[in-house]
Amino acid sequence: MMDTRTHFHKALDHLKTRLIELGNKAEDAIEFAVQGYLSRDTAACSRVLAMESEIDLAERHIDQLALDILATQQPLAVDLRFITACMKINSDLERVGDHAAAIARRGLTETRLPAIELPIDLSRIAARSAGMIQQALNAFITQDLEMANAVLKTDDLRGRIDDQTWIALVGRMHQAPETLEQLLDALIVVRDLSRVADHATNIAEDVILWVSGMDVRHTAGRIPAAGE
Amino acid sequence: MLNVALPPAPANPATGGGPDRNSPKLAVRNLNFYYGKFHAIKNINVEIRPNTVTAFIGPSGCGKSTLLRVFNRIYDMYPGQRAEGEVLLDGENILDPQSFLKLRSKVGMVFQKPTPFPMSIYENIAFGIRLYEKLSRSEMDDRVRQALIGAGLWHEVEGKLNQSALRLSGGQQQRLCIARALAIKPEILLLDEPCSALDPISTAKIEELMYLSKENCTLIIVTHNMQQAARASEFTAFMLNGELIEISETTQMFTKPSDKRTEDYITGRFG
Repeated sequence: MMDTRTHFHKALDHLKTRLIELGNKAEDAIEFAVQGYLSRDTAACSRVLAMESEIDLAERHIDQLALDILATQQPLAVDLRFITACMKINSDLERVGDHAAAIARRGLTETRLPAIELPIDLSRIAARSAGMIQQALNAFITQDLEMANAVLKTDDLRGRIDDQTWIALVGRMHQAPETLEQLLDALIVVRDLSRVADHATNIAEDVILWVSGMDVRHTAGRIPAAGE
Repeated sequence: MLNVALPPAPANPATGGGPDRNSPKLAVRNLNFYYGKFHAIKNINVEIRPNTVTAFIGPSGCGKSTLLRVFNRIYDMYPGQRAEGEVLLDGENILDPQSFLKLRSKVGMVFQKPTPFPMSIYENIAFGIRLYEKLSRSEMDDRVRQALIGAGLWHEVEGKLNQSALRLSGGQQQRLCIARALAIKPEILLLDEPCSALDPISTAKIEELMYLSKENCTLIIVTHNMQQAARASEFTAFMLNGELIEISETTQMFTKPSDKRTEDYITGRFG
């Protein structure tokens, strides 16, 4: 196939590369934040806060790149869907960075409280959310619809696990009210990780819309009817 | 045989919609066209809805301008060119022998290069009307004025109606040609790259004129400018090598075309 818009397609590739870099950074930020929180590692937590600034900067840069392409190249069809997906994924990744920073800040304040054993496996919850982000980004990189759908399926299981986590933490608050502050912190961290998983789901939905033209938002995985 | 399904009519704020908007104004059935031995249009089936703007896009030589020429039988003036099949205007096949004058009163055409007659602005409008109607001077004055108002030209030319139309700018000349075509109240207006030689302001005025004109007329535009097709039309058809590949609502065509060849063309991945 002959490419008649080399410059334009190079700009699209550049946009994709920058977004993948941002995705990697957001993914790292979540990992470091949870690690810093659980191990009370202030250096790791501080590093996440520095990463947040870099993520914010990258978000603005990517938005500008996308706007420039929209303004100068008038993309259509799959290219138009790609750029709108990039802008939305960009915003989702920036929010992931915010949640990582929130966890890191909580990690820094946690050091002044006595350490307790949590009634939940926070590492596992964090791994699930980070894994969803990683899988959604891989789907974006490879344009893999099956992988994007797998993220949506993982999200379906999440609700049940979140309920169990909530019950375990609140139960422990009743049993050991002297650890309320640490437990509340953990609850908020779980909530942050849950939002990270929400962003992963959004990214997967954007990948599906970009690649297939199908809008699967708010359809519980059901393929929407024409015009829906 | 290539069959292209007629998409449902979108709501039309200009007309408010109507019960007959879903029946075609123009129905093309098994149309083939030949320049001598060259098969330029290959078995096209398509329907055009009334009071809409439909854009035909495609690479040079795909047959889109040829198709437009069939719709008002300009090709009949040239030996060796022939059309086979049917082009039904409100059910009547315009390819059957009939008066050109009658056909041209129903199907107007505007070309890439503005073609004002070498006469006054007033006479450019009045000339066509006189072919079909006998009006008093005051009725004609009113009709010319209305045509120029409709084309958004009145305020630019009202003090110089007797001036030669050739002294107008390119954009004004093109709007005069559209006003001249609309003055005889055609049912269909064909526009073949009407803005390709115009600046963006003149282009915007003509696109606005197209939007307003569809209240009384069905417009079909051939354009190389995909942004213009996207801005100005409700339906877009993509042609390639004499075939109609796809026709759909314009928003669908430019966000989610159904045929890979259409997508390749509109995204520039096509030679």
